[in-house]
Amino acid sequence: MDSGLLARRSLLRRSAAAVAVAAAAPLAAPAIARAQAAAGGAAGPIRIGEINSYTAIPAFLQPYRNAWLMAQDEVNAQGGIHGRRLETVFRDDAGRPEDAVRHAGELVNVERVHLLAGAFLSNVGLALSDFANQHRRLFVASEPLTDALVWSRGNRFTFRLRPSTYMQCAMLVEEAAKLPARRWAIVAPNYEYGQSAARWFKELLARARPDVQFVAEQYPALGRIDAGATVQALAGANPEAIFNVTFAQDLTNFVRQGNTRGLFERRHVVSLLTGEPEYLLPLGDEAPEGWIVTGYPYADLDNPRHNAFREAYRRRFNEEPRCGSVVGYDTVTAIATMLRRTGGATGTDAMIEAMRGLRFPTAFGTAEVEFRAIDHQSTLGAFVGKTALRDGRGVMVDWRYADGAKYLPPDEVVRQMRPQSAS
Amino acid sequence: MDALILQALNGLASASSLFLVASGLTVIFGVSRIVNFAHGSLYMLGAYLGWTLVTRFAGGGAPGPLGFWGGVLLAALAVGLIGVAIEVLLLRRLYRAPELFPLLATFGVVLIVQDLALWAWGPQDLLGPRAPGLHGAVELPLLGLRFPRYELFLIALGPVVLGLLWLLFRRTRFGLLIRAATEDREMVGALGVDQRALFTGVFFLGAVLAGLAGALQLPRESVNLHMDLAVIVEAFVVVVVGGLGSLGGAFLAALLIGELHAFGILVFPRITLVLVFLVMAVVLVLRPHGLAGAAPAAVPPGAPGAAEPVIRPAPLALRRFALAVFALACALPSVLGDYALSVFADFAVFVLFAMSLHLLMGPGGMASFGHAAYFGIGAYAAALLAHHLAAPMAAGIALAPLAAGLAGLAFGWFCVRLSGVYAAMLTLAFAQIAWSVAFQWVEVTGGDNGILGVWPDAWARDRRVFAWLALALSAGGTLLLLRAIHAPFGYALRALRDSAPRAAAIGIPALTVRWLAFAFAAGLAGLAGALFAYGKGSVFPTLLAIPRSVDALLMVLLGGVRTVTGPIWGALAYAGLSEQLVRATDHWRLLLGLAIVALVLFFPEGLAGAARRWWEARESDGRR
Repeated sequence: MDSGLLARRSLLRRSAAAVAVAAAAPLAAPAIARAQAAAGGAAGPIRIGEINSYTAIPAFLQPYRNAWLMAQDEVNAQGGIHGRRLETVFRDDAGRPEDAVRHAGELVNVERVHLLAGAFLSNVGLALSDFANQHRRLFVASEPLTDALVWSRGNRFTFRLRPSTYMQCAMLVEEAAKLPARRWAIVAPNYEYGQSAARWFKELLARARPDVQFVAEQYPALGRIDAGATVQALAGANPEAIFNVTFAQDLTNFVRQGNTRGLFERRHVVSLLTGEPEYLLPLGDEAPEGWIVTGYPYADLDNPRHNAFREAYRRRFNEEPRCGSVVGYDTVTAIATMLRRTGGATGTDAMIEAMRGLRFPTAFGTAEVEFRAIDHQSTLGAFVGKTALRDGRGVMVDWRYADGAKYLPPDEVVRQMRPQSAS
Repeated sequence: MDALILQALNGLASASSLFLVASGLTVIFGVSRIVNFAHGSLYMLGAYLGWTLVTRFAGGGAPGPLGFWGGVLLAALAVGLIGVAIEVLLLRRLYRAPELFPLLATFGVVLIVQDLALWAWGPQDLLGPRAPGLHGAVELPLLGLRFPRYELFLIALGPVVLGLLWLLFRRTRFGLLIRAATEDREMVGALGVDQRALFTGVFFLGAVLAGLAGALQLPRESVNLHMDLAVIVEAFVVVVVGGLGSLGGAFLAALLIGELHAFGILVFPRITLVLVFLVMAVVLVLRPHGLAGAAPAAVPPGAPGAAEPVIRPAPLALRRFALAVFALACALPSVLGDYALSVFADFAVFVLFAMSLHLLMGPGGMASFGHAAYFGIGAYAAALLAHHLAAPMAAGIALAPLAAGLAGLAFGWFCVRLSGVYAAMLTLAFAQIAWSVAFQWVEVTGGDNGILGVWPDAWARDRRVFAWLALALSAGGTLLLLRAIHAPFGYALRALRDSAPRAAAIGIPALTVRWLAFAFAAGLAGLAGALFAYGKGSVFPTLLAIPRSVDALLMVLLGGVRTVTGPIWGALAYAGLSEQLVRATDHWRLLLGLAIVALVLFFPEGLAGAARRWWEARESDGRR
C-alpha cells in the first residue's frame, strides 16, 4: 500500500522534472521547427482533455494515468510534436455520464483542448462520443468496451483503442470451441457489457459448435454479487463448462465462493478479462488454475519494446504495469503518432483524417496497431492463455497474442451495423 | 431438493451478515433518530482494519500475532472508537437540528472515509485470509450435502448476536436506559440520566456491530472501496422492513431479504437488482411500520420541537434582494462563456429540482429519498419522445412534467399514507423500481447505455438561448412553488405537518392535500429533468439512481429545510462547490466531505436559516 504513496511522491518529483524538461524543450528544439510552428500560428502546447471515472474505478485507472503521464513525458522529452509540447487536462466523472458531458464542455470551451480522450465505462464513452459528434471534436476512447461505440452508435468523430466486447468474446470462443464440453453455464454482470458479452459468446459458440447447449445463466448486479447463492445456482445446473464475465470484486467473491464449494473442480472455465493483472493479482494464492482467459502477461511478455516499457514503468512508479497502464500508454502513443502525421496541425478534420488508418506501435511490443478506417476500431489485440499459480499468485501461461484484426466481423457486416452518417 | 436446501442455507448465511450491519443501524436510530448514512463506511472500515490487523502484523500472508479472531475483534472495537469520535465531534452538536439534518453530516463522513480509505489502502481489492479452523466445506449430517464451514458459523452467529443484544437490552441497566430513551428521550433526560453518555454508548455499540460485520466478511468476500454504499442501502431496507428500532424485526427482515436473494436468483436471475425494493414496497404498503415496528406515539400538539417557524410573506428587503438576484441572473448569460453557460443551465435545473423536493420536505413535512425518480422520468419522457417520435423540444418539455406528475400520482398515492422515514424509504423503493425499468428495459430505454442525441431544437441550440430558457422555466417553476406555499393549499399542507389532528378537525382532507403536493412536486422535478436531458444531450439510468436523490436531499438540507427559498442557495452552494472541487483536485471527495461537515457545524439551520437568524437578530437590535 505504501507503493501507491511512493508512486505518487516520485510522480510529483518526476513531473516536476518533466515540467522543467518540457519548459526547456522549445528552447532546445531546432530553430526550423520553431519557425514552422510560429508560421502555423500555434506555438503553444497541444492539449488533450482526458475524462475518466478516476474515483469510481481507481484500481484500473491509477495505473492508466501513471502510464499516460509517462508516455506524455517521453513524447515531450523528445521535443514534443514538431516543437509543441503535449499537455493533458484530467477530469474525474465519478462514473456519471452526465458529469462527463459537463467536463467535456469545460475542457473544450474553457481549457481549449484540441481533442478529447478517455472513458472507462461504456455509457460514459457513449455520452462523450455523442458530445464529440454534436460539437465536432475528435474523441479517442481508450477503454470502453461496448460494441455500440463504433458500430450501431458509431460516428465520424469517435475512435476506440481497446478490443471490444465482441472481439474479446471471439478470441475466447475460438478456444472454447475446442473444448469437449457441451453443457455451458454463463455468469455475467447485469449491465450492457455483461449482457452483450453473454449474447456474443452464445451466438458465436453456437455457430462454431451447434451441439452446445446453455443450461444456466446468472446475471448478478454489478458490484453486488451474492456469490454463495450464485455459485450454488450454477452448480445446481451441473454444467460441463462455465463462461464468466464478472470482474473486479464480483470476480474475487465468485472465485472465493467457487473454490470453497468446489464449483471449478472438473469443469472448464472460460473467462473474459480475468488474465488482466488488475483482476488476477487481488486473488492472491486463490487465483484459479487452468481457466482460459484474455489478459496481459506483464511479467513474461518478453520483447524489446515491452521490456523497455515495463522497466521504465517499474523505475518510475515502483510497481508492475497493469493492463490499464498499457491502455493509457498506447492512447498517448496513438495520439502523438496521429499528431506527427498531421504535422502538428490540430484541426479536427485533419486529425480525423490522420486517425483513419493510423498505424502505431503498442507497448505490448507486438505487431503495429491500426485504427481501421471502416469503423474507427483499433486492431489492438489481447493475450489469450491459461491461468496458473506461481509463487502464490496468479499468472497467465501458454499464452499467445490474439491480433485484434483477426477477430472482427467481415467488412460488409460492419458497414451494415454502422450508421451511414458515420463514414 | 438438495439444491433448494443449499440455497436456503446460503440465504441464512447472508441474512446473518445483513443482520449484524442492520442491528447496529437500528439501535442507533432507535435512540438518536439519526439516519446514519455513514454506517456503511463503518462497515467498510471494519473490513479494511480487520484485513490490516489480521495480515499486516506478520510476514508472508500468515495470520499475525493477534490471530484471526483477535484481529477481527480488535477491528470491531477500533471501529467502535471511530463511531464514538463521529458522535462526539459531529453528531452530538446536531441533536437539536431539524430531523434528517444529521443525514447531511453523515454523508459528509461517507465522502471523507471513501477518500481516506483509498489513500490508506490503495485502489486494489484486498482478499483477506480464511478463518482458521473454518476452511473449506463440511458434510452436513443427515442431509449428506457439502456446505462451507464458515457459512455455517455465520448462520449460527446471527441468532447468537441477537440473543446477546437481547440480554443486553433486557438484563442490564444500560439496556434499560436505551429502551427508555427509545420510548421517550425527554423523559429519560428529565429523570436525570446523562443523555450524552447514553448516546455515545449507543453509537459505540452500533459502530462495533458494523465493524464486526465488516471484519467478518474477510473470509467470504474481498475488501474493496465499494463496500460502503453496497451495504448501506440494503441495511436500510432491512431496518425499515423490520420496523425502525426493532431488533427482532431487523432479524426477521434480514432473513426475508437473505432468502429472497438466494431463491430469487434461481427464479428471476435478471431482476435481483430490484427484488428487495419490490418486497420493501409490498411490506410497507401492507404494514406501514414494518414487520415488527409500532406506530409512534402521536406527538402532542405544541410539543417542543414540533413547532416550525410560521411562513410569512417575505419582508420587503428580501423581496428587493430577490428581484436584484433575478435581474442579475437574467443579465448573466449575455456575458458568460460557453462552458459557464452550460453550468448556468445546470444550476437553473438543480434549483428547480431542489425547490420541488423542498415542497415535500419543508411545508409538506414528508421526506423523500427517491425524488430522482421524477427527475429521471421527466428526462426519459423527453428523451423517448425525441428518440422514438422525433418530437420537438417544446413537446418534450411540455409532456415531461405530465409524465413525472402521473408517476407522482401513482407512487404518491402509497407514499402519503406513511410517515417519516417509512414514507421516505417507500419513495426510495419506487425510485429504485423506476430505475430498474430504465436500466433493464433495453429495447425501449437503451439500458445503461442510455438514449443519445437528445439535443435541443435549432432555435435553442445556442448555449445562450438555452441558458435563458432554463432560467425562465426554472424561475417559473420556482414562482409556482412559492405561490403554492403561500396559497390556501400551502396553508393546508403546513397545517397537516404541524398538527394532523387539528387539521383534520377543521376539515382538511389530509391524504388528498398531501397526494396533490406529491404529484405537483414530482411534475416540477420532471420539468427539471427534461431540461437537464436537453442540456446534456443524453439520458442514462444514473439520472434516476440513488446518488441523484441524495444530491437533491443535500441541497435542500444545506439551504435550510425550514426556510422558503433556502433550497435555491443550497442548490447553488452544493452544485457550485462540487463543480469547482472536481476541477481543482483529485481529492475532491475529501474536501467536499470536509466542506459539508463544516457547513453543517456552523450552519445547523442551513445557509438560508443562518441568514434569517442573522437578519432577525439585526432587526431586533435595530428596534431596541
